[in-house]
Amino acid sequence: MAMEQTIYRELKATPGVWQVAALLLAFLAAAGGAWFYMEHHGHAVTGMNNQIVWGLPHVFAIFLIVAASGALNVASIASVFGEKAYKPMARFSSLLAITLLVGGLAVVVLDLGRADRLIVAMTTYNFTSIFAWNVLLYNGFIVVVAVYLVLQMMRRLDYKWVRLGGLVAFLWRLALTTGTGSIFGWLVARPGYDAAIMAPMFIIMSFSFGLAMFILVLVTLFKLNDRPIGDELLKRLGRLLGVFAAAVVYFAIVFHLSNLYATEHGAYERFILLNGGIYTLLFWGVQIVLGGLIPIALVFLNPSRSSTLLASILVVIGGFAQVYVIVIGGQAFPLEIFPGYEVLEGFHEGVVNPYTPSIWELMLGLGGVALALFAAGLGAKVLRVLPTNLSDANLAAKG
Amino acid sequence: MTNRAEMTRRDIMKSGAAAATLTLAPGVTLMAFGGTAEAAGRADAGKRWGLLIDASKCSEDCNDCVTACKVENGWGKDAEHGHISDEQAPEWIRKVTLKDKSTGRTTSAPVMCQHCEEPPCVDVCPTGASMQRVDGIVLVDKHICIGCRYCMMACPYKARSFVHETITDQVEQSPRGKGTVESCNLCAPRIDSGRIPACVEACENAGHSAILFGDLKDPDSPISKALKQYPSVALRDDFELNPGVRYTNL
Repeated sequence: MAMEQTIYRELKATPGVWQVAALLLAFLAAAGGAWFYMEHHGHAVTGMNNQIVWGLPHVFAIFLIVAASGALNVASIASVFGEKAYKPMARFSSLLAITLLVGGLAVVVLDLGRADRLIVAMTTYNFTSIFAWNVLLYNGFIVVVAVYLVLQMMRRLDYKWVRLGGLVAFLWRLALTTGTGSIFGWLVARPGYDAAIMAPMFIIMSFSFGLAMFILVLVTLFKLNDRPIGDELLKRLGRLLGVFAAAVVYFAIVFHLSNLYATEHGAYERFILLNGGIYTLLFWGVQIVLGGLIPIALVFLNPSRSSTLLASILVVIGGFAQVYVIVIGGQAFPLEIFPGYEVLEGFHEGVVNPYTPSIWELMLGLGGVALALFAAGLGAKVLRVLPTNLSDANLAAKG
Repeated sequence: MTNRAEMTRRDIMKSGAAAATLTLAPGVTLMAFGGTAEAAGRADAGKRWGLLIDASKCSEDCNDCVTACKVENGWGKDAEHGHISDEQAPEWIRKVTLKDKSTGRTTSAPVMCQHCEEPPCVDVCPTGASMQRVDGIVLVDKHICIGCRYCMMACPYKARSFVHETITDQVEQSPRGKGTVESCNLCAPRIDSGRIPACVEACENAGHSAILFGDLKDPDSPISKALKQYPSVALRDDFELNPGVRYTNL
């Protein structure tokens, strides 16, 4: 029980902390302005249209929502799987999970055609819709993880309650990511979606993206407050990230191989893997090589503090590309409405749908990231969620 | 003008509410609209409205069905196109010209909401705004549509449009709204007052009569008889959505 000696202290408001906060607030203000502009003029000012109905905001939102459940990994590993070295980071892991989800949801909600009717979405449910279930899963996640965080922070509580809270949160996050993957997996009409593997693939994506985000935010906050974080701990987190990144690549391979096996999905696979232009480039260049193979090689062939940090950055970039290929690529590929026929005249029939995101969509999406990071920093500023010392010596002494 | 439009809109929703109580058990809000004798009299559970489109009668050069729909429902005005891209423009009904890949034969036909018996758009809608009336008409309740566009992701026919900008100068019988999704409602207001859909009427007036409208549940209706007599297809029949719109001689 030596681990309980870990001292948690609020983030100190150093000039560096203020600077980062000011920068994030600037992004939030820009996102607010972008939202107001889009709300006023309608989606006409965005690059989204009746063919590409979900655009860049949804890529940001889905990345953040997926990363949110994965950011909880560290806490789950500590509470559910009893890994003591992860316990000092468990509180912040829970906090970041909540704020990433809030950031992602904010983007989804502000992109709605009628954001003012959010209350309708909260009160009127069609239970055949996975979207309606997701509203409950997302709101429930915030409550469950918040309770779990409080349990962790209660000083004189029997640890079995923390374990129980951790278990419930862990199971809930599995359900949440299953729901998020199923948004696409259950869309039978589109050849780019319509795959049961979407749900488990989203879960493993969350493990990877969430851990990468957690490492980056944790290290940044520690640096801003000059708190020590050990090389061995970072190498260890890096190895875990490498395993998760490899699993993401594996799932991507299985997803595309199963599609290739089904003749009806062959055209879609040719599009993504061979001649889809930007989507092919993003898939091979960014998702697989930059966001998969390189970080895996870094953490296993050259394990170091900087390898872990660089790998985390690359996993985030690769993850973003992966979500972009799934969300936008899946819509860009044309629907086959008249099998056996060539469409001579029609309305964007059988041609790849073009999409150029607007600056407003980018600003809104970045605002979601800024919101998640600002809220995480604010939480660390007012709550005792960050340990003072994660040096290897300190961890070894307690472990 | 606004008030009258509002009345019409409410009436449409009333007529669809009875369907909602049946298809969406937990749809509490929708149930509040239903149950009136007036509404029950409008959407008739004993009927299922459908269209049979004969591609051999459809002329490639004729666009009258699309024009009639635009006039009836107030979409596709030039003023709108000034602000939005082609891809953002509404498309309740569109004409397509198809060439059979194996034989080279070309045909032309209109495509609109196929009014599926098992509509994916209704399944995926989080709020129940995308709904099906008891008489089979699939439409959007614009009061509770939040503009998430998930229905557009789910529709296999690209039948739906999202309103990308503020609408001015609306037609009374077909209220539309920025930030909500819309599509062919089979001219529900016309059907409820005993008339036929605008596209069907326009096609008849053009002398083609390529679109046959009627009750699929009534074995003696002309559409049922025609379906029994001639081969016809549903678009993407493999999805087994059983659309209320069918095609012959495609």
